Formats: sequence, structure tokens, C-alpha cells
Amino acid sequence: MSETAIELVNVNKWYGTFHVLKDINLSIKTGEKVVICGPSGSGKSTVVRCINRLEEHQKGTINVDGVELTNDPKSVTAIRSDVGMVFQSFNLFPHLTVLENLTLGPIKARGLTKSEAEAKAMHYLERVHIPDQAKKRPGQLSGGQQQRVAIARSLCMEPKVLLFDEPTSALDPEMISEVLDVMVELAQEGMTMVVVTHEMGFARKVADNMIFMDAGQIVEQGTPDDFFGAPRSPRCQQFLSQILQH
Amino acid sequence: MKRNLILLLPLLALAGCSSSSTWGWYVINPMTASGWVNVKFLISGMGDTILISVIAAVISIVLGLIVALPGLAKSRGWRMANRVYVELVRSIPLLPMLFWVFYGLPIIFREMGMNVPIDPFWGAVITLALSDSAFTAEIYRAGIQSIAKGQTEAAQTIGLNYLQTMRYVILPQAIRRILPPLANQFIYIVKMSAFASVIGMQELTRRANELVVTEYRPLEIYSLLILEYLILVLFISAGVRWLERRMGSDERG
Repeated sequence: MSETAIELVNVNKWYGTFHVLKDINLSIKTGEKVVICGPSGSGKSTVVRCINRLEEHQKGTINVDGVELTNDPKSVTAIRSDVGMVFQSFNLFPHLTVLENLTLGPIKARGLTKSEAEAKAMHYLERVHIPDQAKKRPGQLSGGQQQRVAIARSLCMEPKVLLFDEPTSALDPEMISEVLDVMVELAQEGMTMVVVTHEMGFARKVADNMIFMDAGQIVEQGTPDDFFGAPRSPRCQQFLSQILQH
Repeated sequence: MKRNLILLLPLLALAGCSSSSTWGWYVINPMTASGWVNVKFLISGMGDTILISVIAAVISIVLGLIVALPGLAKSRGWRMANRVYVELVRSIPLLPMLFWVFYGLPIIFREMGMNVPIDPFWGAVITLALSDSAFTAEIYRAGIQSIAKGQTEAAQTIGLNYLQTMRYVILPQAIRRILPPLANQFIYIVKMSAFASVIGMQELTRRANELVVTEYRPLEIYSLLILEYLILVLFISAGVRWLERRMGSDERG
């Protein structure tokens, strides 16, 4: 449990002249669950997207499972095969069935046979509780079901780390819990998770480490008890009072 | 068919104003022996027109994709190469390009020590394919760009490389949006294949021109020519609509 899965050292990123990430230092152990929160535009999604190279950082180093992320396509491929990602907008492939969405990666990128990939896909569809939807297309499913398919699609690649970029922000309120339930189950099974979310109930339940970001910086981090019980920085206090007051 | 005939009416009215005050439909009247010979002569150009158009369109569809992809690359050099090709090729008028391909290319090949004869058929095919590829490339680019970026990102995160992402994720979605403008281009190719007549290809237009020279009945003969192209285009339209329906139902599941 003490092995380092992800390590960010002095990571900086600019969009043109806009400094999005400022000296981000973050160490995530295998099996650890990290929840990142903060106001919009604080750079929390960008951190997660840098970890699997959907965005490039310009300064500092990012290590995933001992491999440093560089411009070398090999390092990018190596890291992406270890890191799964779940998006806010699901990003399922609308022209493929649920089953095909799940088997595409294993067949094309991992070289599994169709029957191996389908067996694996059905296994993970059962884990997200929707094996009966396998033959449908994403457009026929509810938002909550689509996001669970997206989680299963990531799991089919058997990642060591799973990144979540606001996985419930695009969902209708009554569908949020079915997705969070799946995420809690994953957490209990020991998956290393980095979750950008505003679901503070979920954060309290699963997070080992809470991170608060503002204006491209990590302002505060700590255990959920410390973080929610006694936030130190005024910015974090203000943020929490705003999102927890309802 | 009624609607097709209505399309011909303005032309008939125009003909009425010409200096020769009478019609001479006998020239293409299939009921008479000589008229039937003429009609058969005109229609027998259909095969070449179709063959030239289809081969040119197939080449253009492949070439257009190859030209379009660098236009979507991150590197400025690739994008520049795409721009130069598209701007240059789509600005060259078809007729000079045809002369260049048919008369110019063999000279260039000969100077390079190669003997590559280009006959009128392939001269026309190459010219049409080349000219059209610049337009096809832009259609691809627009179609691919219309697919949300999240699709590419999702494909990357499940380990697909660039070509796999294009083949299994982006192009199958883009093709539905690309199909209607691509069909437009195909119709354009069919009509522009008439330029092949200039270098001696015995396709529809060339045959019409030859018959005009011997029969002196341009209006009647060109009316039949219009009808011939109209039928071709209507067939293409029907085929494309059938394809679209198939793909549309596919997407809905």
C-alpha cells in the first residue's frame, strides 16, 4: 500500500500566457483515493488530464507507476495503458453497442480475441449492474447508465489507476447515486482513484486525501476529517461554506 | 418523370426563339430508323461517362482522405502542406489541368526517362480525381472536425493509436455527415466528365458534339444529352438516399 502510484513534482502548465497550473506537487500511493475539489477554473480537471497526457505540462515531472511522462510516444502509451479515465460527458462511442464500446480497446489495443474481450466486458458490465444493456446503443441508455458503461469501459483495460473528471456533473440528480455507488464499490475493492468532484458526501466516505485547488495551486490538503472539520485557509473555508450550506 | 419534363420546358421555349423556326425532333426520334441509329450512338457514350466518373470518384475519395488528415495534424508543417495542396489544386480550372495531365505529364515522364503513355480515358480520370480531391479533402476535414473532441480523447484513453482512433471511432461517425456533400461532389464529377470530350474520349458529350456536326440539330441533340445526365444524376441521388437511410437507421439502432 505504500508504493507510489503517481507523483507530480513542481508541475507547471500555461495556456499561452495564462498560468493554469502553478508548482503542483502531489504524491498518490497505490490503493489511495484522492478527491480534488475547488471552484471552476481552478485547474483541477487540468491536473487529472495531465496525468494521462490529454494535456501536456510544460515544467516539472509526472511519474506514473515509475514511468516518467515525456513527449516520447512510448511513455505516453505505457502510461495510458495503466491509467483509465472517466469523463464528465461520458464520451461513449454512439455508433457502437455497449458491448462494442467495451471490447474495442481490449481487441484493438490489447490484442484479445473477440470472445475473450466479450467475456471480460460482460464481467465488468455485471460489476456496474447493467449486463442486460449490452446489446443497446449508448443513446438508448439513461445518463447514469451511460456513465456506468463508461466506467466499465475503463475497467476493461484493467488499469492500475482510475481518473474521474467530474463524473456526476452532467447527470440528473436522481442518477448521481447509482454512479457514486459503483465508485464506492470500486474504492472498497482497492482501486487507486483520483476523483475531481463536488460530491462531498462521496468524498467524506471514500477519500484518503482531500485536495482543494484554487487559481492553479493546491491550497490545502488533508484527511477528510481535518479538511471538512477544520479547514485552515480562508479560501477553502469560504468554498466549503458555499457548497455545504444547502 | 413528369417533373423532369418540366425542367426541359424553358429550353424548348428558348429553342422557339432561335433563327431556324422549326423543330427537328426527327433527328432523335427512336421510331424512325435513322433517329434510332442516332439515339443508340448518343446513349452508347453512357458506359464511358459512368466508368470515368466512378473511377475518378473512388480515387478522389481515397486521395481526399489522405490529403485531409495532415490538415488536422498538430504540426504546422503538415497543416501547411495540406493548405498548399488544397488551395493550389482547387484553384486550377479543369480545362487547363486536363491539358496539363494529358499533354504535359507524358513530356515530363519522358524527360525523366520513363515512357508512360496517358490515353484520353486515364487523362480524364486523373484530372477529375485530382481536381476533385481538393474538395473532397475539405469535406473530410469539416466532417472529422464536427465530431466532438471527447471521442478522440476517449479513444486515446482506451489505448487506441491515431489510425485506430480514425478507423474505428471518428470516421464511422463522420461518414454520416460527409455522405451528402460527397454525393454532391460525385454529381459534379459526372457533369465535369464532359471535359473528356475535348481530348477525344467518346463519352456522352463528345458523341453529342459529333452528331451535331453532321446533323446540324444542336438543340434537339443537346436536349437528349441533358436528359442523359439527368437520368444519371437521379440514379446517384436515389442510391445516396438509400445509403443514408441505411446508415441513419444504423445509428438509431
